[in-house]
Parts: sequence; structure tokens; C-alpha cells
Amino acid sequence: MRYTRQQIAARIADDIEDGSYVNLGIGIPTLVANHLSADKEVVFHSENGMLGFGAQTEGGDANPDVINASKDPVATIPGSCFMSHADSFALIRGRHLSLAILGAYQVSARGDLANWVTNSDAVPGVGGAMDLAAGARAVWVAMRHVTENGDPKLVESCTYPITATGVVTRVYTDLAVFDVDQESGAFVVVDRIDGLSVSDLQDVTDAPVVAR
Amino acid sequence: MINKFVASPQDAISGIADGSTLFVGGFGHVGVPYCLIDALIESGATDLTVVANNAGVGETGLGAMFKEGRIRRIVCSYPRSTGSVWFERRFEAGEVELEVVPQGTLTERIRAGGAGIGGFYTTTAVGTELAHGKETRVFEGRVHLLEEALRADAALIAADQGDRWGNLTYSATARNYGPTMAAAAALTVVEVRREAPLGDLDPETVVTPGIFVDRVVVTGGPEATVQS
Repeated sequence: MRYTRQQIAARIADDIEDGSYVNLGIGIPTLVANHLSADKEVVFHSENGMLGFGAQTEGGDANPDVINASKDPVATIPGSCFMSHADSFALIRGRHLSLAILGAYQVSARGDLANWVTNSDAVPGVGGAMDLAAGARAVWVAMRHVTENGDPKLVESCTYPITATGVVTRVYTDLAVFDVDQESGAFVVVDRIDGLSVSDLQDVTDAPVVAR
Repeated sequence: MINKFVASPQDAISGIADGSTLFVGGFGHVGVPYCLIDALIESGATDLTVVANNAGVGETGLGAMFKEGRIRRIVCSYPRSTGSVWFERRFEAGEVELEVVPQGTLTERIRAGGAGIGGFYTTTAVGTELAHGKETRVFEGRVHLLEEALRADAALIAADQGDRWGNLTYSATARNYGPTMAAAAALTVVEVRREAPLGDLDPETVVTPGIFVDRVVVTGGPEATVQS
């Protein structure tokens, strides 16, 4: 059994504090907006200059100029505002975001993040990944626990080029939720799929996994 | 009398020489000055350095410039979009030089260029491949990289409304790089969807003050297209 992408997104949505300002990366993080309970107010930020947008919509806003970082149409909501790229990254770099939820190729037990380029990419591209990883006050990662080849993505040290060092504090995978103990270099199990032991998780993780 | 309106996109881009460095606004398809780019291609300008967020999709905008072989070097945050076939073809053939810059660092380098700031320190990209060769300094216990300002010979941007003094408003996320690039180029050229008579724009809604703008052309569009 595994958590589905929607289940991972729903769990993250439950864990976000009311009143947070949050940037959602591409992939599973994008789904988080769909699962936020109605009793919470969380303001989502898009790097291309939008603060406050609704859950993914079919057609988005009537204005085709309203897009998110994935270049998909989104809808304005009461309270939305637009800004230039300079202001958008000032709020990122200036540590105003409570949280960035990002996808990753690898996360190390020291909190290093690798999510911008693989060693085999012919064309490199970074977008806002490094700004968000360095600037957000907290970085959570949502990703599959292992690659399609079964290789661990939670590792002792990243073999892919890193995006930032010592920034990831929490990882949500299809098998478990971990806090990253950067000091001791371990993934601490917060929650896991029923029937899966800590030692089962250790078998698919290339860094120490410890019970809370 | 100040009148920054010009009659055509061709007039707007006239004088942009071969070998120039250009800022080109836009994020994905939104806020891209398509009419100005088309006119620039028509003008024959080549051997250009382009500073932009993306590297164009399909055969429009920067995609068309790559197809026509006009770009020698691109300074870019995310060139790898689905459909950026012409950039990839030129890059893989070794015909285009690429400098990858984190998106926020890119926009801040341009902002610094327009604000008379020589460079700035940021924690973005510290410890990564993109930090190689850059001076570092510690502020408040965190390592920062020195990033230098960027200026251009010309900026090509798209806005929503403009008046004859060059004051500009934008549409939603099509604002993106426009206000920042407008301030940092020797020649700032803008295509607007609608002309506003002087005095019609509420001073509170003007995003780019006209002082940063040199030429404005009313194109009536194009309306943004939604990237699927």
C-alpha cells in the first residue's frame, strides 16, 4: 500500500498552519491547494507575481493573463493581488514566506535539496527553485520515496546537483512522513503507512531512519 | 511636448543594432511583446544577447528568434519549457551560449541595473554549481553571494495601457518583468493593447512611470494565449 498523490497533498494541507503564506512547487505540491479545509485561511503565492489564488480551476480566471508558476490558468479570489517579479522575489528572498512546498529528486539527511537538474539533463534550467529554497522560512518536500528504478531519494548526501544546503525540515513521501534531523543527519519517522515498520523504511532509504 | 507614441512596431524597434543586449519581458506566454519581437526579426537584427525568463515556445516570440538564428547568447532562468524546440536545437548544436540564473537573482540583477546599484548580496544559490567563481561574504551568520547588476541596450516589454508620456499599466501576471526591465535599459520600447489619453490613467494605478519609457506602440493585442 502507498499514499496516493492526493493523499500526500491532503496530509500536507492538514499540517499547514492557519494564516500561513505558502508557495507551492510543481507536481504534488500543486495539489495541496485543493485539500485545504474551509476553516483555514492560507494565502498561496506564485513566483510570477501573484499572492492569493484559488484552488486549481478548469478554465481559471476570465483573464488569460492570470497564470501560476506552472503557466496554468488560475483564478483570482477576494484578497488576491499582483506584483512584479522583483517584488515577488523580494518577498521570497526577504524571508516573508512561511513555507515553500517543493518537489525533489533527492533530499539528504542534512536537509540538502536537489530539485533543479539531473546529471543527464541536456538543458539546465533553474527557475525559482534556488530562490525559494534559500528564502522561505521553512521548506517541506513532497515526492515519491524511491525513483522509478527503485533507488532511494532520501539519501546520506545528494548525488544530483544541489539547490540549497540544510533547508529541508520535513519530507512527505508515498510511504511516510519524516522530520529531517539535520544535526544528527537522520530522517525521523512522524507517520507511516499501516503495516510498514521503521526497518522496512530503512530498507528503501539511503540514510539513517529513526523512530520518533 | 512629450509624445512617446510611435506609429508602428517597426518604428518602435528602429536603431537596435546587431550585437545588442536586449531585455525581453514575459513569463511563459504571458506578457511577451510578440509584435515587437516580430518587428525585430523583420529588421534583420542579429548576433543578439537576450535576457529573459524563458527561451520561447514553438515558433513565436523568442522561439522565432532562435529559429531565425538571431540569438547568440541567452541569460535565462528557465529555458527548458515544453515546446522550447528551437532554443534546444540551437543550444545542442552549440550555436547559442546559455547563462542560467536563478529567477529571483535575474530579476534583482535587472532591478539593480535600473536603480543605479552595482551589485548585491544574496543567499540564493550559495553552495550550488551556480555559485562558482562568485565572491562571498557573511552577513548575520549566513553566507551570501555577490551578484552584479544587469543593464541592456534595449528592453522590449508588453503592457496593458500606456499614455503619451509613457506611463504604463499592466494586466495581472503579465506585469512580471515589465516594470523592472523598463528601468534598466538605454532604450525602453513598449507595446500596449490600448492607448490612454494623457490624464486618463489614475495616478494610483500607474505601475511604470513614464520616465523609464522611450517609445510606445499601440498594437491592440495580442491577447494572451493560454499555454496548454
